[in-house]
Amino acid sequence: MTNSFPDKEPLLRVDGLSVDYGLKGDPLRAIDGVSFELRTGEAVALVGESGSGKTTTAMAIAGLLSPNARVSGGQVHYRGQRLPIDDDAAMRPHRWSETSVVFQGAMNALNPVHRITKQIAEPCILKLGMTRGEATARAIELLELVGIPADRGVAYPHELSGGMRQRVMIAMALACRPSIIVGDEPTTALDVITQAQILKLLRDLRSQLNLALILITHDLSVVAESCDRVMIMYSGRVVEDGTVAEIFAEPKHPYTKLLIASIPNPANGKKMIRPIPGDPPNLVNRPSGCAFHPRCPSTMSVCTTEVPRLGRFGHGRVACHLHPPLQENMVTVHA
Amino acid sequence: MAGQASRNFMSRRLGLALIRAIVTLLIVATLNFILFRVIPGDPANMLLAGARSSVTAEQIEAQRQNWGLDRPLFPDQVVDYLWASLHGDLGYSFKFRGRQVADLIFERLPATIALVGLAQIIAILGGVMLGLYAGWRRGGAIDNIATVSSLALYSTPAFWLAMLLIVTFSTVSGWLPGYGAYSPSASIASVDRLLDYLKHLALPVAAVALGLIGQYVVVARAAMSEVVTEDYMVTARAKGLTHRQMLMHHACRNAMLPVVTLITLNLGYVVAGAITVEAVFAWPGIGGLTVEALNARDYPVLQGIFLLLGASIVAANLLADLAYGILDPRVR
Ligand SMILES: Nc1ncnc2c1ncn2[C@@H]1O[C@H](COP(=O)(O)OP(=O)(O)OP(=O)(O)O)[C@@H](O)[C@H]1O
Ligand code: SF4
Ligand SMILES: [Mg+2]
Repeated sequence: MTNSFPDKEPLLRVDGLSVDYGLKGDPLRAIDGVSFELRTGEAVALVGESGSGKTTTAMAIAGLLSPNARVSGGQVHYRGQRLPIDDDAAMRPHRWSETSVVFQGAMNALNPVHRITKQIAEPCILKLGMTRGEATARAIELLELVGIPADRGVAYPHELSGGMRQRVMIAMALACRPSIIVGDEPTTALDVITQAQILKLLRDLRSQLNLALILITHDLSVVAESCDRVMIMYSGRVVEDGTVAEIFAEPKHPYTKLLIASIPNPANGKKMIRPIPGDPPNLVNRPSGCAFHPRCPSTMSVCTTEVPRLGRFGHGRVACHLHPPLQENMVTVHA
Repeated sequence: MAGQASRNFMSRRLGLALIRAIVTLLIVATLNFILFRVIPGDPANMLLAGARSSVTAEQIEAQRQNWGLDRPLFPDQVVDYLWASLHGDLGYSFKFRGRQVADLIFERLPATIALVGLAQIIAILGGVMLGLYAGWRRGGAIDNIATVSSLALYSTPAFWLAMLLIVTFSTVSGWLPGYGAYSPSASIASVDRLLDYLKHLALPVAAVALGLIGQYVVVARAAMSEVVTEDYMVTARAKGLTHRQMLMHHACRNAMLPVVTLITLNLGYVVAGAITVEAVFAWPGIGGLTVEALNARDYPVLQGIFLLLGASIVAANLLADLAYGILDPRVR
């Protein structure tokens, strides 16, 4: 499934992206120098504990940063073109046409007073210039694509189950034929069976429509079957990035190791997620050096002073002083 | 089909709301009846109070029989009262001897509806739009001005506003009349008379409208500030909608839900009038009539006005129920 040949410009390239929230004098750096690439049709999971900057990263790419956010560094290129991610109005053409978002199911992401067909048809009318009739026909087509019978199109959101609402959200996300779909914990609020169905739907649609997917999740177990690559975030930085197989078989970063060890495994009676010891980092006063050093079981003295560089390692990347990057001239495979 | 089911549900809701309205009205009418029986004093005495000469016991007894006051309160008198009220027979006024209460009320009703109705229209158009805009652009200059002034207006008693308006625009500047509905010298010519009426209407309408605007701005702003934080607004933005499209297609409809309820409930007070404002301006409406009736202890008139007030509030509640059902699919 992985399409990792460095043959052409990636669909999306993020370089050293930093985003601050709040006042200029005392900003909170939510993400700090995030870099990665996304290829057409590729599925990347964004994993990390609460507050690690997953949503901020994804919203920056989708041009949906909140008004109190400020891009303090870096840039994003889409199909080789620089995206004006800090310009709300300039990002409008990009939204939904190129990148759309499936929000968390628990979020009341659908407007309660409009019928679902109308909500799916809306971007077709406003962005693609379709007539109301054409847009409605497209909406019904999309509903059927996500497994909702056409006659449910007249329903209002409150008349649907959580799983159905999330299907509507997905149908809506496909309306303008985007190349990238961001799923921000799209299955968090759903029961296990519905969760599996929604993830399968996303997988099927992705291969059918050759969509790139950025899937945000706390849940590493979701990642294995739905994604090609995993990117682990800690304290607003990418700490490890690799193929699903690599990360699960041979995690490099101590934080990734702890994350994988904390996956509940019913087979050996481990049902609860075992939390990683220590407190999540304070973003206003990020720990010096490697932000993970106060909690890391392998801290060295260099860890407290120097921020480890996210260097290439095998087929992926890792930011840890235990794994110093290979010499640049030895690198033959792209990140 | 979903549509059919929701239509059935809608008509059931409507039926329930109607039954509720009728029961409420019966209770209001009965309470109204009881209220004026427990007030100290024999109604028969009061009926004869206008007669200056001494009253004999026979006369009182005759009155009691005449008015049915000798019969048991329940069920005879209550049923009589409800039956008569249903036919628009609200009895006779003490003060305006021999005049039907219903006639008195209907005579005064147009002036009140003109006053409060016009004030409502102005307040709805101005206050709601201003409030929605302020909530949309929270923290902006217009929001700050609108919030401070609407809170001030909302918390100022109407009679005080009325007096300020009179002093400013009538007493000091002499721009507008501040008393009554017509000038004593007004000609009979219809256009002049209408203009004269509108001039007299201006300040009372302003007094009522300003208070309402304050109320609508506060409520519409609060509703809109809540809506802009809703997740579906994030979705609307993600879909690439412009601010205007987000406002018109997604925010307004949702923010209007609580506002429409408030407006519809307020419509119930259109007939009751603005008692204090009418009193200050000597406006010849229901509010003025209430004050006159209170001063004269004219219980039948008060009873009639209370019944009308109760009925219109019940009707407004029914309307609010229906309007909400139309606007919000979740309660259909
Ligand atoms: N609009 C905002 N204003 C101020 N701070 C924000 C805002 N959005 C996020 N933050 C802060 O930025 C940091 C990163 O938040 P973000 O939502 O990106 O994390 P996340 O990884 O998505 O977390 P979660 O798993 O809880 O969704 C957090 O500390 C959060 O409190
Ligand atoms: S850099 Fe040091 S502190 Fe950070 S994860 Fe690696 S070993 Fe632990
Ligand atoms: Mg998040």
